[in-house]
Amino acid sequence: MTSSSSAPLPDDTEISPPADHADAAKTWISRIADMRAWLFLIILILAFEAWSQASFQQTFVLSPYNWQSIAIFAVAPLLLAIGQTFVIISGGIDLSTGFTMGLAAVVAAHVTNIAGQFLPAPLAVLVGIIAAVLVAGIPGLVNGLLTARLRIPPFIGTLGMYGVARGAAYLLAGGTTVPVNNDFFAALGNGRFYGVPYLVIITIVFVIGMYYLLSQTRFGQHNYAIGANEQAARRAGIDIRTHITWLYVLSGMCAGLGGALYAARFTAGAAQAGEPLLLDSIAAVVIGGASLFGGSGSIFGTVAGALVIAVIQYGLVFVNVEPFWQFIAVGVVIIISVLIDQFQRRFSGGRVDE
Amino acid sequence: MSDRDQGAPLLEVRGLSKYFGAVRALNDFSMSVHAGEVVAVAGDNGAGKTTMIKAVSGVYPPTAGEILLRGQPMHFASPQDAREKGIETIYQDLALADNLTIGGNIFLGREPMTKLFGFLPVLDRKAMGEAARITMKRLDFHVSRLDAPVSNFSGGQRQAVAIGRAVYWDAAILIMDEPTAALGVPEQRKVISLIHQLKAQGRGIIFISHNLQDIFAVSDRIIVLRRGILAGERKIAETNHDEIVKLMVGGA
Repeated sequence: MTSSSSAPLPDDTEISPPADHADAAKTWISRIADMRAWLFLIILILAFEAWSQASFQQTFVLSPYNWQSIAIFAVAPLLLAIGQTFVIISGGIDLSTGFTMGLAAVVAAHVTNIAGQFLPAPLAVLVGIIAAVLVAGIPGLVNGLLTARLRIPPFIGTLGMYGVARGAAYLLAGGTTVPVNNDFFAALGNGRFYGVPYLVIITIVFVIGMYYLLSQTRFGQHNYAIGANEQAARRAGIDIRTHITWLYVLSGMCAGLGGALYAARFTAGAAQAGEPLLLDSIAAVVIGGASLFGGSGSIFGTVAGALVIAVIQYGLVFVNVEPFWQFIAVGVVIIISVLIDQFQRRFSGGRVDE
Repeated sequence: MSDRDQGAPLLEVRGLSKYFGAVRALNDFSMSVHAGEVVAVAGDNGAGKTTMIKAVSGVYPPTAGEILLRGQPMHFASPQDAREKGIETIYQDLALADNLTIGGNIFLGREPMTKLFGFLPVLDRKAMGEAARITMKRLDFHVSRLDAPVSNFSGGQRQAVAIGRAVYWDAAILIMDEPTAALGVPEQRKVISLIHQLKAQGRGIIFISHNLQDIFAVSDRIIVLRRGILAGERKIAETNHDEIVKLMVGGA
């Protein structure tokens, strides 16, 4: 579904390569493995439906309210996870996004308030959101320069920025939450269009844009190539350093949008807005089929991964289970997901790269 | 089929030296390659083979000496520069992105674009797949699935993809570093027959190998390096394994 490519070959040129003996089985298994996040999602939904019917004689799936809530739950971790998807495919990781999001939420709140003194409310909101996204690009840029120019391992470099962004966010917020005095912002964060929250619509549009960037452009293609074989990409003339720098800027800006939308939803900016979301977002990417070694992953997979986590979190609350179980459930799904990935690589007989 | 003694050489290297501090990795080395000629470069580990190909392919700027392509002196700023002028290097580790298709690898770094709905620029996967199909056919190498990532293919097929990339971009000179080293015997044969085809297409090939059997199967001439200097040059038809080994180890 994600990769449409060349027309099939005419039969006369078609000779199966020797490595393709198990071709049919291989594609069958790897297809299932590629879709595993969606399978998890379906299984989870069916399980919650059964549970809900058995315990409360109520539907889980057919309630639009549930889906609105799940979608709202999923928005912020998904936005972090989208940027993270690009970074992880390239073979890196961005640990700073949680507090970059918090920083952006605080900036969005402050700037919207200040701009509101001079500008009409909708324009002030726009300025606030743009400011949040741009400011979030700064830690991203630093991450990119540390990783690409100074060759600092991204795990360490972005961990440093995690601290810097955290401190900056709390300082800027004065150690408290920053309320937003702007009705339009509140409407944006909580309003609905035919039952679909505006935040969800914004996120869907953004995700489609990022799907395009990853799967249909040179930037996306180079991202996969760098993740698979950086040296090959360099030899092919790709400017790796510039690419990786932009990659972390992109990740920061995704977190920035997440922070701005958080501020809209709660009509307040808080430094700790993204704190619990960082690991959820990485989990979404991994459940969505990306390898932390780089080279694989997709936007659709990440969307499914984020939905899996949101369904677990919301569903367990819905069926009245103690919320602490959600950590265990998400953890188990991550482990199963990675096991399926490993199994698929071994079984398919493909080259398991060292 | 081609007479190497006719006309100017495609590639000529004159007095090429490369020093790393006090280490003379390559010293006053000269060679030439004609169109449709396969020149093998042999030598023990550390003899200077790798330094030589890196100097010729633009990775290292030479300390001294000249590189002439079709009689024109060249100064390569980078491997990309050398590649654009028609010198393509196929490395032992192949330099493929395993997760991309054959087309994706052929076009890596210079992907063709098309417009979706007349305005949205998107990767032209159709053109990439088509170019991959034609290129692999030109090499007489058939793969059944052009939409599969190259990680699905065997070593020989991957070698063919790397060669296919050079062929697609119309390289005049192909430098092949141990192209058969990682392959099983049937695949080695296939690569050897590929080299024969490249030769028939009038390309010049520099073939670096340890394997004398392969060298004798495919080359017109052999150049032996020892400790950074030219130890000897022989026509394949006029030499034998023993003589080459003696040149390689020296002292004879």
